[in-house]
Amino acid sequence: MKLRSAIFLASATIALAALTLAGAPLLAADDKIDPVADAKAFQKFFRDKFPKVKFEDFVNGPYSMNEDLYRQWQEKEQFPPYEFSLEMGKEMFSKPFKNGKTYADCFPNGGIGIRQNYPYFDEKEGKVITLELALNRCREANGEPPYSYVKDEMAALTAYMAFTSRGKPMDIKIPNDPRALAAYENGKEYFYTRRGQLNFSCATCHVQSPGERIRAEVLAPALGIVNAMPIYRSEWSGMGTTSRRFTTCNSQIRAVPLSPQDDEYRNVEYYLSYVSNGLPISGPGARP
Amino acid sequence: MRNLMQKSALVLSLFAAGAVPALAAGSEDEFKAAYAAAEAANKEAGKLRNQWTTTANTLAAAKKAADAGDFDKATASAKEAEALAKASIFQATSEKTRWKDLEVR
Ligand code: HEC
Repeated sequence: MKLRSAIFLASATIALAALTLAGAPLLAADDKIDPVADAKAFQKFFRDKFPKVKFEDFVNGPYSMNEDLYRQWQEKEQFPPYEFSLEMGKEMFSKPFKNGKTYADCFPNGGIGIRQNYPYFDEKEGKVITLELALNRCREANGEPPYSYVKDEMAALTAYMAFTSRGKPMDIKIPNDPRALAAYENGKEYFYTRRGQLNFSCATCHVQSPGERIRAEVLAPALGIVNAMPIYRSEWSGMGTTSRRFTTCNSQIRAVPLSPQDDEYRNVEYYLSYVSNGLPISGPGARP
Repeated sequence: MRNLMQKSALVLSLFAAGAVPALAAGSEDEFKAAYAAAEAANKEAGKLRNQWTTTANTLAAAKKAADAGDFDKATASAKEAEALAKASIFQATSEKTRWKDLEVR
């Protein structure tokens, strides 16, 4: 395969360059940050690569990649394995904190039908705020301990919030603030940066190889890759948050994962969500 | 894909192995120096937000061998860990510009 040899070559080059201590290449001069152009090119890349996949189907991850899988997905959606988590999330969401307030008090529109606006850039703080982060901040502001970012409670809450936004197009804004553009650009850099002993970037798997198999799994396309979060996975025998997925994707290439909700993860989620603008929220998702 | 991962891993491992100098008979002092150097390099990789799990595993193996009194093995592992950490530093540094090569435009 072309891709395989290309990556092999890239790794070899890295090793070789390290040994010969070659200098780093110079940056191209025209490096203006242009999210609108990026998103357009990104969406075009996937449409061209998979001309048979309907635009809105990209959000179904591996299931969008071939007809057999797509059929499996339709069957799965009849008795969705995330149902339990969804119910739990709904109940948690409406149950008052000890101080009598609820999650609804922390979010616009009482938290219903707003998932497509996350993550957003907070101009007061100068940082990206993801839904998972906002949920824990809501808990802490109301005197409750934060939840683990990778466990069931967080998955249940985000599953419920995603469900109330199903079908709404992802709608991420980048305010006219140099810090917002920088966060976006840093997210993009994180996405394309090779890391781990295997020398893979997120893009190596989710841009260059979607539809290919890795171990028993079919790789999801990067376009719309966060729209289905959180997801139920048979391999996990349970639900996984966006944080859980990002850290797992890092460790499988022998990179030490960062802490959930570190700036890099917040920024890469911002980037991936922005370039998926217009694609419907489909979470919670179910995966093989 | 699996092959692909193994191959890439191999290349970087070879690089790491190539950087390990021939070993002299190991003493505890030699191990300690090698281990400290490996830890320092791995800390540096941490600052670059690019540690490898293999470095941590190899450091742990070095420690384990040292605890069992096998300083030859412990020193060899520590040196390997240092080479891995250095490769991760190199990777992080070169990716500061190289990441753009992969970008969809
Ligand atoms: C070695 C290949 C590999 C790399 C590198 C990788 N991933 Fe993944 N990723 C997977 C596999 C395998 C899955 C599970 C199957 C699937 O859904 O693609 C997955 C799933 C995901 C999913 C869930 C998609 C879905 O619809 O189920 C997200 C989100 C994701 N990865 C993001 C990332 C990000 C962000 C990075 C970079 C930090 C990254 N991945 C790097 C292999 C990789």
